[in-house]
Amino acid sequence: MSDPMAEIKASFFLECEELLEQLQDGLKRFEEGDDDPETINEVFRAVHSIKGGAGAFGLTALVSFAHIFETSMDIVRSGEKTPNADDYKTFLHASDILCDLVIASRDETEVSKARVDESVVALQAFLGERSEPEQEVDPVDFQPMGVSMDLPPIGNLGNISPSTRVSSASPLPDLTSFPDAAADDNLDKTSPSSQPLGSHDNKKPASDVALNRFFIRFRPDPSLFASGNEPLHLLKALSDLGKTIIRCMCDDLPPITHLEDEESYLSWTIELDTAHAEQDVHEIFDFVEDLCELTIEVNTPNEGLSTLSSPPTPSADLAPVAPREELLVKTGTATAIPPASSTPPQNTALSDATKKAPPKNGSDNKAPKTGSTVRVELDRVDRLVNLVGELVINQAMLSQSVVESGIGSDQNVGAGLDEFMQLTRDIQDSVMAIRAQPVKSLFQRMGRIIREASSAVKKDVRFVTIGESTEVDKTVIERLADPLTHMIRNAVDHGLEEPEERLAAGKSQQGTVTLSASHKSGKVLIEVSDNGGGINRTVVLRKAIEKGLIAEGAQLSDAEIDNLLFLPGFSTATEISNLSGRGVGMDVVRNSITALGGRITIFSERGKGTTFAISLPLTLAVQDGMVIEVTGQTLVVPLNNIIETITLSAKNLREIGPATTVVQLRDQFVPLLDLAVELGFSRPRSTYDDCVALLISAEEDSMAAVVIDKIIEQRQVVIKGLQDSYGAISGIAAATILGDGQIALILDSGDVIANASGRTRNTRTNPQRTGARA
Amino acid sequence: MTDEVQDSTADLTEYLSFRIGAQEYTVDIMSVREIRGWTEATPLPHTPDYVRGVINLRGTVLPIIDLAARLALPPDENNDRSVVIVVHENDETVGLLVDAVSDILTISRTDLQSPPDMAGDNQHRFVSALIIEDERMIRILDLHNTLSTGERLAA
Repeated sequence: MSDPMAEIKASFFLECEELLEQLQDGLKRFEEGDDDPETINEVFRAVHSIKGGAGAFGLTALVSFAHIFETSMDIVRSGEKTPNADDYKTFLHASDILCDLVIASRDETEVSKARVDESVVALQAFLGERSEPEQEVDPVDFQPMGVSMDLPPIGNLGNISPSTRVSSASPLPDLTSFPDAAADDNLDKTSPSSQPLGSHDNKKPASDVALNRFFIRFRPDPSLFASGNEPLHLLKALSDLGKTIIRCMCDDLPPITHLEDEESYLSWTIELDTAHAEQDVHEIFDFVEDLCELTIEVNTPNEGLSTLSSPPTPSADLAPVAPREELLVKTGTATAIPPASSTPPQNTALSDATKKAPPKNGSDNKAPKTGSTVRVELDRVDRLVNLVGELVINQAMLSQSVVESGIGSDQNVGAGLDEFMQLTRDIQDSVMAIRAQPVKSLFQRMGRIIREASSAVKKDVRFVTIGESTEVDKTVIERLADPLTHMIRNAVDHGLEEPEERLAAGKSQQGTVTLSASHKSGKVLIEVSDNGGGINRTVVLRKAIEKGLIAEGAQLSDAEIDNLLFLPGFSTATEISNLSGRGVGMDVVRNSITALGGRITIFSERGKGTTFAISLPLTLAVQDGMVIEVTGQTLVVPLNNIIETITLSAKNLREIGPATTVVQLRDQFVPLLDLAVELGFSRPRSTYDDCVALLISAEEDSMAAVVIDKIIEQRQVVIKGLQDSYGAISGIAAATILGDGQIALILDSGDVIANASGRTRNTRTNPQRTGARA
Repeated sequence: MTDEVQDSTADLTEYLSFRIGAQEYTVDIMSVREIRGWTEATPLPHTPDYVRGVINLRGTVLPIIDLAARLALPPDENNDRSVVIVVHENDETVGLLVDAVSDILTISRTDLQSPPDMAGDNQHRFVSALIIEDERMIRILDLHNTLSTGERLAA
C-alpha cells in the first residue's frame, strides 16, 4: 500500500518541478510586460495544480501557502488589480518559497517558518490593498489551515470549506440581500468568491448585456474524485460567472450501510444566469469532461432575474446538505473540518476511508496538458545510450570483419554497410538529443540565486538571460548548477559595486547580471557577466602577494592577474560576507568546469564589468578522441585537448635537472611527459629521440608534450564513466569500448599535466604556476 | 510475498563456494549476478595491485578484483580455469577473480560460527563467518569489506 503511494507522490513532485518552472517562467514573462491573459492563467494554473496535488497528499504547509498565493494570482487574473514592480518581486519571492515548500515536503524537511510567514504577509498585503472584505476574509481563510496541522494528515485543506461553501452556495440569491455577509461564519467563506462576483458583474455591464441562462446537470464519476478534481471548485467557478442556483441531487444516495467508499452518488443541477458565452461555461468543465456526466443547456433570451430571486424551497434544498458533507469527506477530496451536522461515529469511519483514497488521487489529473512530452527516468535513457553505444561498437566490428573477409568489394555489401553506418550515427545523435535539455531550468534557478543574493547584499540587480533554449546534456546541466551558483553570487557580491558607487560612476543604480548560453562550434558557451566595476587588478595583485601566491615584484599581464582568481585560497572580498566567502573559491569553480571537460576564462574591463566564459562539450556521452597505444595498452586522448602531434628529435629536447626534460617547440619550451611513466605502466625509456608525442593542453596556460608509442586512429568514442564502477582515477577521465570489445581508458589531460611527476615536470617559468607551488 | 519466502526458509541460505589456491570461500548467492570466464582486463593506472583492471561486461565497465591478491594469498598462476564471479554489493557491481567455482551450498544460519578474534590478523576482516561442512572449513567472504570503497581509495 505504501509503495504505490510513494510512487504517486514521487510523480507529483516531478510534476511540481515542471509546474514551478512554468510558474517562474510565467511570472518572469508577466513581469516583463507580457499581458497575454494566457500567461497569468498559466501561472494561476501552476499554483493551483500544486495546491491540488499537495492537498491530495495532505501536505498542509504547502497547501496553505499555495492557497494564499493562488488567491493573489486569482485577483490578478480577474484583472481586479494590476500588480506593480514590487508586487512582482513579492510573487517571485512567493514562488521561491513555494519551491522550497515543495522540496521540503518531498524531503520531509521543513522550511523556516519566518520566511514563509514573511512571504505570506507580503501576499496578504497585496491582497489587502485590493478591497475591504478581502482583508477580513483572508486571515480567516488562512488561519484555519495553520491550526489544522494537528489534524489527520489526510485532511485536504485546500478544500477547507467545501461543505460549508456548497451549503451556503445554495441560498446564494439570499446573499445579495445580506449586506453583512461576513457576520455569518459560514457565509463568510463564500465572500471571497461572491464578493468579486459582484464586482465582476458590475464591471461587465451586466444589465445591458442579454443574460444567458444555462441549465447544467453535472454528475461526477468516481474517477473525477480519484483524479483529484473537486466539484466544489467547479461549482465555485460557475458561480463566479454569474448568479447561480445550485441544487444537489442525492436521489441515488443509498442508506449509509450501503455506502461504497469510492463511489460517487451525488449530482448537481445548476441554474446559471450569466453574460458569458456557452463556451466559457464549457471551459470550466474542460478538465473533467471525461470524468463526469455533463449536460449544458442554454436558454437565451433571458426572462430577467426574477425567477432566480425565487429560490427553490430552501428546506428541501438544504436537507440533503448534511449527508453530502459526509460524502465529501468520504471521497477523500473534502474537508478535514468536521461538518457541524454530521454524526461523529460516521465521520471517523469515513475519514478512515479517506486514507485509502489518496493513492488513486493525482494519478494523472494533468494528463491532458503534458501530451507533448514524456517523462522518462534517466536510467532508461542511459540504458538506451549504452545500447546505442554497443550498436556503434558492433557496427565498427562488423565493418572490420567485412573488410577482412574481402566481401567488402561487393557493391551491395558496401552500400548496405554505409547505410548501416549512417543509420547508426543518426540513432546515436537522436539518443543524445534525448539527454539534451534546455538550460532554462538551470537559468531559472539562477534567477532565484540572484534574488536572494541581491536582497542579502541590498543591491538592486536586474537579471537578464539569453539563450534559455540552448540544449545541453542533462548531466552537464546538473553539474553546472554549483559552479554557476557560485559565479552568480560572486557577480552580485563582488562584481557589482555598491549603489552609491554606481551612481558616482555615472551608471544606473540597478546593476545587471547577464547569464547567456549559446552553441559555438560544437561547444556550449555559457557566460556570466556583470556590468560592475571589473576586476581591480591592483588589489588582486596585492592580495596574491600578501597571501604568498606569487613572488613580490612579479610582472604579470592583465590576463595572468585575472587568472589569479582561480588560485586556491584566493578571495578578494575584504570582508567575508554571508553571501560568498564560504570557503568555496573560484578554484573549485574551475575544477568543476574542468571536470566536465570545459574551460573557463575571464574577460574584465575596469569600470565596465567582468565576464566569465565557460565553454563545455556538447555532450558527455560521446567524444572525439585519438586512439593511441602506450606499452601495449590502448588509450584515448580527447581530441579537443590535442593541439598537434610532434615527432621528437634529440635536437629539440633539453634536459633540466636530473629527471626532467623539456621540448623546444618553435620559441617556447614545453614539459615532456612520458605517458607510460605517468600512468605507472613502465619506467622511463632511455631515449626520446624519434618518439611520437602529442602536444596536449587542458587549460589556457598549461601544455605538455606527451610521449606515446603510436597513434592508431581518430574516432568517436562512447564515454563510459568509471565513477560508478570503480571511482575516480587520477589521470583517467573515463573509459570507452573499442571496436574489438576491449575497454580503453580516456585520458584526463588536465589531470595528467597537473599531476605530472617522475622524469618530467612542468618547468615553464610561468609566475602563476611557480607562485601556486610556493 | 518476498517476506513469506524468506520466512519459510529463514534459516537456510544458499552460498556459492569457490576456491582461491587451497582455500575455500563462499559468498551469498543472492549477491552473485553471473559467472564468466576470464578475459584480459584493461589495467587501471594508480590502483592497488589487487585491482586487475576493467573488462567490458556487455557494455558496462566492470572492475575486476583479484581476490587472491586482495586476501594476500599466494598468487595463482592465472591458469585457464580462472573464473570471474560478478557480484553486486553496496550498489556496485564488481568482478571477483577466483581460481575455480566449486559448488552451491545450502547452509543453515545456525551453523555459522563467528571467526575467532585474532589480534594482528588483518585478514579475518574479509571473513564474516566460518562453517564446517563435510570436515572442511568454509569461509564466508565479507563482501562489504572486500569491496569497501574507502579501502580502495585509500590504497
